[in-house]
Amino acid sequence: MSHEGRLLRAGVLAVVGLGLITPIAIGLWQTGRAALGILPALGRNVASLDSWHELVALPGFATSLRLTLVTGLGSTLLSVLLATGFCAAVHARMTSASGARMLTPFLAIPHAAMAVGLAFVMAPSGWIARMMAPVAGWDRPPDFATVNDGWGLALTFGLMVKEVPFLLLVILSALSQIPVARQMAAGRALGYGRGIVWIKIIMPQVWPLIRLPVWVVLAYALSVVDMAIILGPSNPPTLAVAVTRWFTDADPTMILPASAGAILQAMIVGLAVALLLIAEKVGKRLGRWWIRRGGRGLSAEPGLWAASAVVMAMMAVGLLAMLSLVVWSLAWRWSFPQVLPESWSLKPWTNAQGGWMRALSTTLLLAGATAGLSLALAIAWLEGEDRARRSRAPWAEALIYLPLLIPQIGFLYGLNVGFLQIGLSGGITAVIWAQVLFVFPYVMIALSDPWRALDPRMIHAAAALGSGRGRRLWAVKLPVLIRPILTATAIGVAVSVAQYLPTLFMGAGRVATLTTEAVTLSSGSDRRVTGVYATLQAGLPFAAYLAALLIPAILHRNRRALSGASAT
Amino acid sequence: MSLDLDALSIRSAHGGALFSPLSLQVPAGHVVTVMGPSGVGKSTLLDAIGGHLAHGFHLTGTVRLNGCDVTGLPAEARRIGLMFQDALLFPHLSIGDNLAFGLPPSLRGRAHRRAAVEAALSQGGLAGLYERDPATLSGGQRARAALMRTLLAEPAALLLDEPFSKLDAGLRGEMRRFTFDHVKSRAVPTLMVTHDPDDAAAAGGPVIALKGLISP
Repeated sequence: MSHEGRLLRAGVLAVVGLGLITPIAIGLWQTGRAALGILPALGRNVASLDSWHELVALPGFATSLRLTLVTGLGSTLLSVLLATGFCAAVHARMTSASGARMLTPFLAIPHAAMAVGLAFVMAPSGWIARMMAPVAGWDRPPDFATVNDGWGLALTFGLMVKEVPFLLLVILSALSQIPVARQMAAGRALGYGRGIVWIKIIMPQVWPLIRLPVWVVLAYALSVVDMAIILGPSNPPTLAVAVTRWFTDADPTMILPASAGAILQAMIVGLAVALLLIAEKVGKRLGRWWIRRGGRGLSAEPGLWAASAVVMAMMAVGLLAMLSLVVWSLAWRWSFPQVLPESWSLKPWTNAQGGWMRALSTTLLLAGATAGLSLALAIAWLEGEDRARRSRAPWAEALIYLPLLIPQIGFLYGLNVGFLQIGLSGGITAVIWAQVLFVFPYVMIALSDPWRALDPRMIHAAAALGSGRGRRLWAVKLPVLIRPILTATAIGVAVSVAQYLPTLFMGAGRVATLTTEAVTLSSGSDRRVTGVYATLQAGLPFAAYLAALLIPAILHRNRRALSGASAT
Repeated sequence: MSLDLDALSIRSAHGGALFSPLSLQVPAGHVVTVMGPSGVGKSTLLDAIGGHLAHGFHLTGTVRLNGCDVTGLPAEARRIGLMFQDALLFPHLSIGDNLAFGLPPSLRGRAHRRAAVEAALSQGGLAGLYERDPATLSGGQRARAALMRTLLAEPAALLLDEPFSKLDAGLRGEMRRFTFDHVKSRAVPTLMVTHDPDDAAAAGGPVIALKGLISP
């Protein structure tokens, strides 16, 4: 009966399997071989653990490992706590939709651009120091490392500025599925304080809904490269940065310990997720014991308000960071204690025009291609589910999240080896392919819920009126879902623009995007040019989000049910 | 024209049949009412007849339309119209375009199609509302627009799924009359499921009680 549906589903499965899963498997396989010392290109054909011994003996290895664990686990843990506290304190005053709008700039801006902005704001010669200078009596930048500090504090902070808004969005959308107000009233009527109801009643229901996104955040924080280059300690850096350096070292034999490091990086993420699962199990036990005791507890309110205050302060610094990108790109003379530039100029833009125009067009091409391909695949997947009238199997859901849970550094080198063998490496096609691995999951996740929220009876009504599958898709579903489709596309654009490692590895240094350029420039001295690239890098996703907001509003200006936020 | 169900039975994914096998005949222009407690599978029955059954449900027995077995046909080829308690007008189309969506493609020419839609609009008491946004209409207007959209598709049979339950009491009587008058004047065999005895009384046809076999 659903022959066409079966064909579509088989096609989608083949594309996902061959296009997304196989590359990851090949990447892990090739990296794993090199980690075991097998590198035919260098004439190494015997498996051994020498690469691992070399890795452990590399200078700074232990420090890199410690930095990775501290910044990755620390930033994730703090982000979850702060986001939870903030939601508990303000949830009643904020709707999911207004929260999402407020968070959009923080979600849209790429990690690298945020990192550049934070460096501008927090550096000894940055905005914060300039504002404090009159009070502290500084006429020169103070002499302590506030960025690239050896503890990784700046990196931890930078990660949190990006991850807290993401978690807030995820928690707010989870809360919209729970009757919070009524449960809060019921709990308080039983004598529990607001904060305690939140911890004992609401959070245990929220956690299963946000578990996967928290894993994604954890995997990302443990293996981030671009933000760690800009904000993290430089010598020794975090493990992911160190591994990237070893991979790109002039000495090709460094690939062996680098591969071991890449596999170690993947294992760290795996272990961290396992740790989180164990913590969840233990927490469940303890929580049940705690709840059964029935203690009304002390008020948790001060803690919640402190968390909200910290979140607000972080967001303020984040906004300042975004602003500083634009200000620096337009600054000409700006000596230290001055809070604003003494003279402004468009020269940073005009002087570097050739460079940023090229990087911008490459970035646009990549973003358009990856978001477009991902959207087409996501729609085909969802339509296939509709035609088969099936809901998604858990293994299929796992496939979608897989690329987000395996650290990029863990398989990109090996994937490049695979691409070299089929003659794809170093070209724009290879970069597009590698980026789609990470763009598709986000597009798919963003589109799935709104797609399923579409009233199936409306589609039945269309079928009963004699319209076939194609017409139901093109004339009913897609126009009705135009807003979530464009939002998913904007998210895809933002993810593509933010990609650093896939471009670096697959482009073999020949594909320059706004992100690779911004990261390279950030270590240089000219903040104005860095500001130009980072402004563009942040501006592109903003423009995509704005378009996703405006286009449906214009297309459906006379359709009240569609010009608002809901899709039904 | 007639709609015939022959030993129709639906099994759920977990194996049990929802209700005992159902056989009935709906002659042209008549309304047969199926009643039963909520959860017994009334809507699932209509899904099965219309071809909208979700994955996991298994259908045995046959659905015949004017003597032809349509059980194996996809929903869009069955020509069985469907009405719900919500109007479910397409939110991105104007009222007129919603009606035009149902109009068979065999009616050619822009002017002809427009005229057919305008005629249906005035029959439905919606004259002059072609360009209106469905979201700006009253509940009664939306319900009439949905019925006209369904009838314009020239259905060979009509399924009504608690069609009046969301209308307020005053409007309900008016909408019942409106619906049943149209059904009878066009001689469409109509099957209605409802739990409101007044609906059944207004329909004036036979009433069949659907007895559940398992709890859903």
